[in-house]
Amino acid sequence: MTLSFTQQLINLMACLLLLIAFAMVSQRRILRLIYLFALQGLVLAINTAVVALATQQPHLYFSAALTLGLKVIVLPWLLHRLIDRLNIRWDIETLLNIPTIMLVGIVVVIIAFNLALPISQLAGTITRSSLGIAMASVLLSFLMMITRRKAVPQVIGFLAMENGLFFAATSATYGMPMVVELGIALDVLVGTFIFGIFFFQIRETFDSLDIHHLEKLKEKT
Amino acid sequence: MNPEFFASQLFQTLLAVLLAPVMLGWVNQCRAWLQNKTGPGVLQPYRVILKLFRKDAVLAHNASWLFRFAPYAVFGCMVLAVSIVPILATDLPFSPAADVIALVGLFALARVFMALAAMDVGTAFGSLGARREMFVASLAEPALLMVFFTPALISQSTALTTIVETLAHRELTIYPSLAFAAVAFVMLLLAENARIPVDNPATHLELTMIHEAMILEYSARHLALLEWAHALKLMTYASIGIALFLPWGIASAGQWAMMPLSILALLLKLLLGSAALAVLEAVSAKMRIFRVPEFLGMAFLLAVLGMLTRLLLGSAG
Repeated sequence: MTLSFTQQLINLMACLLLLIAFAMVSQRRILRLIYLFALQGLVLAINTAVVALATQQPHLYFSAALTLGLKVIVLPWLLHRLIDRLNIRWDIETLLNIPTIMLVGIVVVIIAFNLALPISQLAGTITRSSLGIAMASVLLSFLMMITRRKAVPQVIGFLAMENGLFFAATSATYGMPMVVELGIALDVLVGTFIFGIFFFQIRETFDSLDIHHLEKLKEKT
Repeated sequence: MNPEFFASQLFQTLLAVLLAPVMLGWVNQCRAWLQNKTGPGVLQPYRVILKLFRKDAVLAHNASWLFRFAPYAVFGCMVLAVSIVPILATDLPFSPAADVIALVGLFALARVFMALAAMDVGTAFGSLGARREMFVASLAEPALLMVFFTPALISQSTALTTIVETLAHRELTIYPSLAFAAVAFVMLLLAENARIPVDNPATHLELTMIHEAMILEYSARHLALLEWAHALKLMTYASIGIALFLPWGIASAGQWAMMPLSILALLLKLLLGSAALAVLEAVSAKMRIFRVPEFLGMAFLLAVLGMLTRLLLGSAG
């Protein structure tokens, strides 16, 4: 069985997304993390455009444009400004045992692939085979959020998770309705703004962006 | 078995053995250009090897037969390894005898001889280099096997000639799993051939060297053979990479008319590939030795991901 060129392209994009998700899990530097996030958005936008082309779904063009504008340009620019103003541009997280996290990541990918197998057999879309990869990138973003201690990488992990969900929606049902997508886009944008304010608040209170300090806020009983 | 068969094998092996130092020279030349230096010319490895062959060998007093035998064993292993890989054409009489797993085994055999010989004389540097080499190899070898499994899954065979036949003579399809495997392979190529992120081939600085530390005790013809084997190893890896990931232009069995074209294709691929290798080395910095497991862990991960996507995407992967 040979597949059409667009289908091959979609599969390639899906694999690139998975690769970027792994790169984000293993990246120590915040600046590179933001670049990777922008790259992930770009791959996502290209993938959505290719799916739109292959399936003749005009609303997917809008979501591709939205992804391009929001996740490749606006959000990385916002994050970039944020880390400049927080003066953590060259911050490195040191407490990371990357080979172990990588092994956990492989296990996560295997779980995701197995979970997605029955679902993708039911789906009738041309993108169904990439559903497993979409789930894997969601779970990997989870993993990234769990393993990080600083606030900014956690937020980037959160945004990457949204990317994974968006990809899952595209591959399972050719994307969500336009209203939902617009709503999510707005949520993500506003969320990033609020996170930005939180960063300053956290740092003002604790002199650091290490979220473990937040545990001090617990009331003593 | 017809004589043509053997002629093809002999020609390919000879070509690889003779081309290997030139290729190393070209990589070094490109690196020199990238560093704004004039560079010694592409024939420099040949000059070094010839000079070393003309000199008298000096051996340590307590060197055993192993020390003297190791260069020949290593060189033999590398010649055998390069004869298994289809470089110009896929009709190789050697190929049914040994598949990719045997190829990894050959590399391991050469490495064991190298490490034992390095520890034989009992100097600190030798055993330091041997231990580091084994440390790198123990992580690189499983990853290398994993890299080979992905094309083997696609073509349902572990014999390199069959893999090349399947991959080269079909319509153009994008295999994402092969892309993963290719990235992992490049990382392993750097690690196994003592190139820059893992080891620096141009230094004798005691704290960083791996490969150079092992051959520090050798001189004259032994050293020449080891240098040649080193160049040959790079050549073998390059031709494996070409065979697995860029197989277009390799002639199939019995196509003698294709030979000039495939020689041209090979030279072009090697020229560009080596230049790319030099660029890769120029832009990356040497890693601390304890970062190497991370680097190779990444390679292993990519290779496993390649296999997994192959299994998930089925015939499309």
